[in-house]
Amino acid sequence: MDLSTEICGIPLDSPVLNGSGTFDPLAARRAFGDALIEDFPFAAFVSKTITRKTRVGNPPHRLWEAPSGLINSIGLPNPGLEAFVAGDLIELTGLPVPLIVSVMADSAEEFSLLVETISEVDGVAGIELNVSCPNVHSGLIVGEQPKETEALMKELRPLTDLPLIIKLTPNVANPHEVAIAAEAGGADGISMINTIKAAAIDRVHSRTWLGAGAGGLSGPAVRPIALAQVRAVSTAVEIPVIGMGGVEDADTALEFILAGARVVAIGTENFRDPQAGSKVRKGLAGALERRGFESLQAAQASTLS
Amino acid sequence: MVVDDRPIAPFNRRECAVAETHPAGGYRVFTLVDEQGPEPDPGQFYMLTAGDHWQGEAGRPYLPRAISVAAVTGNPGALRLMFLIDEVGPGTRLMAALEPGQTCLLAGPFGRPFSMPKALNPKAAGAILVGGGIGIAPLAILRRALVKRGVPSRTLLGFRDRAHSGGVDELFGCEETRLAFEDGSSGHRGYVTDLLLKVLAGDDPGGAVVYSCGPPMMLEAVRSICAESGTACELALESPMACGFGACFGCAVPKTDGTYLRLCVDGPVVSGDEIASAMAGEAA
Ligand SMILES: Cc1cc2nc3c(=O)[nH]c(=O)nc-3n(C[C@H](O)[C@H](O)[C@H](O)COP(=O)(O)OP(=O)(O)OC[C@H]3O[C@@H](n4cnc5c(N)ncnc54)[C@H](O)[C@@H]3O)c2cc1C
Ligand SMILES: Cc1cc2nc3c(=O)[nH]c(=O)nc-3n(C[C@H](O)[C@H](O)[C@H](O)COP(=O)(O)O)c2cc1C
Ligand code: FES
Repeated sequence: MDLSTEICGIPLDSPVLNGSGTFDPLAARRAFGDALIEDFPFAAFVSKTITRKTRVGNPPHRLWEAPSGLINSIGLPNPGLEAFVAGDLIELTGLPVPLIVSVMADSAEEFSLLVETISEVDGVAGIELNVSCPNVHSGLIVGEQPKETEALMKELRPLTDLPLIIKLTPNVANPHEVAIAAEAGGADGISMINTIKAAAIDRVHSRTWLGAGAGGLSGPAVRPIALAQVRAVSTAVEIPVIGMGGVEDADTALEFILAGARVVAIGTENFRDPQAGSKVRKGLAGALERRGFESLQAAQASTLS
Repeated sequence: MVVDDRPIAPFNRRECAVAETHPAGGYRVFTLVDEQGPEPDPGQFYMLTAGDHWQGEAGRPYLPRAISVAAVTGNPGALRLMFLIDEVGPGTRLMAALEPGQTCLLAGPFGRPFSMPKALNPKAAGAILVGGGIGIAPLAILRRALVKRGVPSRTLLGFRDRAHSGGVDELFGCEETRLAFEDGSSGHRGYVTDLLLKVLAGDDPGGAVVYSCGPPMMLEAVRSICAESGTACELALESPMACGFGACFGCAVPKTDGTYLRLCVDGPVVSGDEIASAMAGEAA
């Protein structure tokens, strides 16, 4: 079965991407060698979130295992825009798949700088705007307010010809309101869900386990919430949705497509199985056939009754 | 792109047969047959998932667990990887319950291995291995590698009590191994670092190289003893790990310069002077 598709005009061999911050091809290349490139697990690669300045990330602990899930407070460690463009970005544009760069900022000016700078680099296919990360005390959680979101999108839209994908936070009462505002402001696509605010208690020492105090939950534990939000958003907007939150295998990927996502992304499952992306891709044709779909497009076009 | 000479892991998570299991003192030993992977270097680790039973107790374990390889025999195509398990939670509990005929999912080998003594100190005359508790696992495979290369080594191991040292003979052989027990049940009464201080006092510190793995407090004592005496040392550290191959950035350990290293990629073996404290990864 032909699994090729597209998102915001970016051609894809399959509807399987990675979630930002959950796979590092440069580190994976060191561990797995050229096999990583020969059988690259994703149809497009989404970089970890880049900020203007260097961030070292949060103090340990950064991880807590929850029932069928993971709470993380990594804190967006990244080399900062300048070093990223001069270093890692060059290697990422050499990957055998389209590259989407994720960026985050705490002001519209900084977002503009990030978008303009990244747009000038050859080989970048799209930009994902992280307005949702619950771990960082930016003071301005744009993605929680429809008006702020629309204003930011309007400011960034004229700055680039690249597709702008907005990554929504699930930590709001009505994510579809933010999605509608993002679409009105000129967003080309929506990526969701980011992690859900969560805490881990170290009962041995009566303190919070995570160095940053709290973090975000991901993995199968969040999947039912992600499916509900993907469904609500995809019925409210025309622009396509990249659905994620606990995708584990082809069957759960198909659930997201049936809920209204155009394509899916794998996050935490990559940690359990480095080849999770390929596993989902390889299983998808069978999963579609078992459910009576003649093509991926048929499943993408179907609506739930 | 960083290219180094560590063994390259197959790009997968593969099912491996459990060949053998037995108790070893307070720990459990099990051997997996890896038909695809390269021979691991001492200090490297694997990410293990104990087959069908995973996600057993109230949804945990969910993630794989990092486990050091303690011994390797056989040849690529049918490598026998031996692991030593300390039952401390749901993941190690399932691994300790494995029996021949069952399988275990494995990814790896991962991480930075131990350096050979001459690479750490060109004047090195031999190696001193200092281990405590479950930390003896990576030292066991290191010791065999040193013996194979004809590098003289002395092994100093510490345990809570006699019962926990059951695997030592099998893993290290008896020669040149000195034991310390906190409860004084035999050997030296006290800490293994007492033994290290004695050995270093009788040595030319310029010719020694120390390798260590064990509880954070012990590692920190070893690190500061070596720093004070100017002895080259490598420590195999632990931190919580979700992936083992650099994907999650969860395994951060503070470096001396205020940044963090990713222990699964930049470690688990680090040189003593890379980190401010071997206990800093423990908690904020
Ligand atoms: C490189 C490396 C090599 C290792 N080698 C070995 C080895 O050879 N043999 C061996 O037995 N172990 C080894 N370990 C340690 C082992 O991977 C961990 O102890 C692992 O967490 C055990 O899993 P568990 O489910 O049994 O215990 P856990 O439930 O994970 O408990 C272990 C510790 O983790 C913390 N913890 C408790 N609950 C949670 C939670 N929900 N989320 C996060 N942390 C929690 C607590 O501090 C607890 O004491 C190694 C670790 C590393 C990093
Ligand atoms: C360890 C970790 C790091 C993450 N880092 C980022 C990030 O840098 N930027 C971002 O937009 N999302 C980040 N995420 C969120 C994921 O991209 C994804 O939205 C979320 O984990 C839900 O998908 P999953 O359940 O499949 O993991 C991170 C998630 C995890 C678990
Ligand atoms: S364990 Fe995931 S990056 Fe080290």
